[in-house]
Amino acid sequence: MSEPMIKFDKVTKKFGDHVVLKELEFEVQSNEMVTIIGPSGSGKSTILRILMTLEPINEGVVYVDGEPLWHEENNGKLAPASDQHLKKMRSKLGMVFQQFNLFPHMTVRRNLTEAPIRVLGLSKKEAVERADELLEMVGLSDQADKFPAQLSGGQQQRVGIARALAMRPKILLFDEPTSALDPELVGEVLQVIRKLAEQHEFTMLLVTHEIPFARQVSDRVCFIDGGSIVEQGPPDEILTEPKEERTKEFLHAVLHPDE
Amino acid sequence: MLFGIEWNTASNLAFATSILPILLIGLITTLKATVVGFILAIVIGLVLAALKGAPLKIISYPAAFIIEFLRDTPLLIQLFFVFYVLPQLTGITLPAFVAGAIALGLQYSAYCAEVYRGGLEAVPWGQHEALKALNLPSAYGFFYIILPQAIPRIIPALGNYLVSIMKDVPILSVVTVLEMMTIARIIGDRTYNYLVPLSMVGGLYLIMTLLVSFLVRFIDMKLPKSGIPFK
Amino acid sequence: MNWIDYLGPMMDGAWITVKLTFYSTILGAVFSFLFGLGKLARHWYFKIPSVAYIEVFRGTSLLVQMFWLFYALPLVGDIIGLNMRIPPIVAGVMALSANIGAYGAEVVRGAIQAVSKKQYEAATALNFTPKQTLWRIALPQAIPEMMPAFGNLAIQNLKDTALVSLITISDLAFVSERLRNLTQESAVVYTLALFMYFGMALVLAGMLKMLSQYVGTWRRAAGGK
Repeated sequence: MSEPMIKFDKVTKKFGDHVVLKELEFEVQSNEMVTIIGPSGSGKSTILRILMTLEPINEGVVYVDGEPLWHEENNGKLAPASDQHLKKMRSKLGMVFQQFNLFPHMTVRRNLTEAPIRVLGLSKKEAVERADELLEMVGLSDQADKFPAQLSGGQQQRVGIARALAMRPKILLFDEPTSALDPELVGEVLQVIRKLAEQHEFTMLLVTHEIPFARQVSDRVCFIDGGSIVEQGPPDEILTEPKEERTKEFLHAVLHPDE
Repeated sequence: MLFGIEWNTASNLAFATSILPILLIGLITTLKATVVGFILAIVIGLVLAALKGAPLKIISYPAAFIIEFLRDTPLLIQLFFVFYVLPQLTGITLPAFVAGAIALGLQYSAYCAEVYRGGLEAVPWGQHEALKALNLPSAYGFFYIILPQAIPRIIPALGNYLVSIMKDVPILSVVTVLEMMTIARIIGDRTYNYLVPLSMVGGLYLIMTLLVSFLVRFIDMKLPKSGIPFK
Repeated sequence: MNWIDYLGPMMDGAWITVKLTFYSTILGAVFSFLFGLGKLARHWYFKIPSVAYIEVFRGTSLLVQMFWLFYALPLVGDIIGLNMRIPPIVAGVMALSANIGAYGAEVVRGAIQAVSKKQYEAATALNFTPKQTLWRIALPQAIPEMMPAFGNLAIQNLKDTALVSLITISDLAFVSERLRNLTQESAVVYTLALFMYFGMALVLAGMLKMLSQYVGTWRRAAGGK
């Protein structure tokens, strides 16, 4: 088996005294689509945030594309990563946020071109071309000159996905991308995610409560509770016939909330 | 010599120590002017805010104009007006301190009126709706439900203006109120050493500002955020 | 003399007031950004001077600051051997700018801190440098937030210019006082002065409102969904 694209090696993450991830061991292969499910506070968003360098880790090592993320190799030893190293590693990742986090003072097109121009050094022409392609892919070409506040939640999130894609990352992280949306807007966003999953060009990590969707698009589903993986496997296995009691309880609570 | 106290110009430190008592006498006048001005400001401000909120436009429009006028014109000119013009119009001569306190009160009454309005508006509209839904009489509702929720916002804002008033007191020096800065200048005029007295006044102001700010923050912390329940 | 005759010299004084307000407000805005951002800096050598500046100029009286610059600063100069005798107008503008700059610095700091943390996360995810994040993401969102408070500070500054009359600058307040001494017609002179300041304040408020709308165009586009 080749090197995993993502590897968590006995990673512990604490917020003060509260342990969120307990010696987590987790791997994702290249171009795999993994969905992470679990109750709130189980640490699923934290996994994504650690990868996106938004949260540091307390113990263990995180590997992205074969290299340590929060550490640097220094003469065969591991030292805490410098800002330069983090910046280099960060370019392999892209994130889609639950609250979209679009830049409100820029038009949709500029939200997509700003980082490619300022960070990747693309010329304005190249960046605009790339932005327009992406807008077409997510179905928002006609909204290019609008401001985020003029768009619906579903449209904003699609822009958010396009914005992450504009940086051509190897890994896409989706942190509950539809949880903040009105029910009727969820579908348009899931459609875009499905398109991306079917292309198999990215490694994708999805944290979501949309179980039926997860079953359709994922290569693997992980159930996390209390900071460690309870069980993981192909979606049909985990979601239809989970082995662990906790998994069964969780799925029952999510799929049948009124029982 | 001032107020019967001599000073020692031997060294800067001796100088500073010897004029401290005199400056503190000035500080007392400063504090008195601050307190009286503040009390006038919150009372006049309350009246103006009430008038501005009146349903009759013939009352609320002039009140709004007066508030805006007081807010947009300098304290210095207002002070001259109170000190020189009022005696001409009414025949009453005001002692400098009183004129100064009145001017401070007028200038800041406009700010206080704004604070009252802001505090009341910050109370969530849902509270008024709940009062209506429960069929409570409006006077009762205002005093026992709305007002207690407005107060935690109003007090820190008023506290900030208290500090501002204290910093504006030196302006009263133009009508010869013997506050802290005037005394420093007199000492400077007589000894040609302005540096020590003025720096000390600056330092005393810094200390007073910090003290009053702490006091305001302390009171603010003790206030229950959701409102003051009174019987 | 007729009250119309007062208008001439008073307008001259008012013109000085306008110039003072203009220069000190602009210089004050520069200080506000400089020290507001300085207070938020990570390095202590930016942070500590900024905090000191803000506390000193916010915590002491403007008039004291003005007199200190005019009367006491030269004495400091004598001690260290430099000529620090500054002309009244320089002392006036410096005091006004430093004072409004300190209040403005807190406004700038508050507005930048009010920008949602999530914007910073998005900027990090897209790999912007901290400098890029500040100038391209945070500040453009903070500036419309600052405008109402800046508007109030500008008007406050206009009123504060009246104090320069006490260090012999011939602004509107100085001219008014001189006219009163000359004619003893306090009511007329001061009423005129008050209305002239009021007029200037309204004009200033109007200009700031226009500036505020220009700066907040993207916010208003949002309003029409």
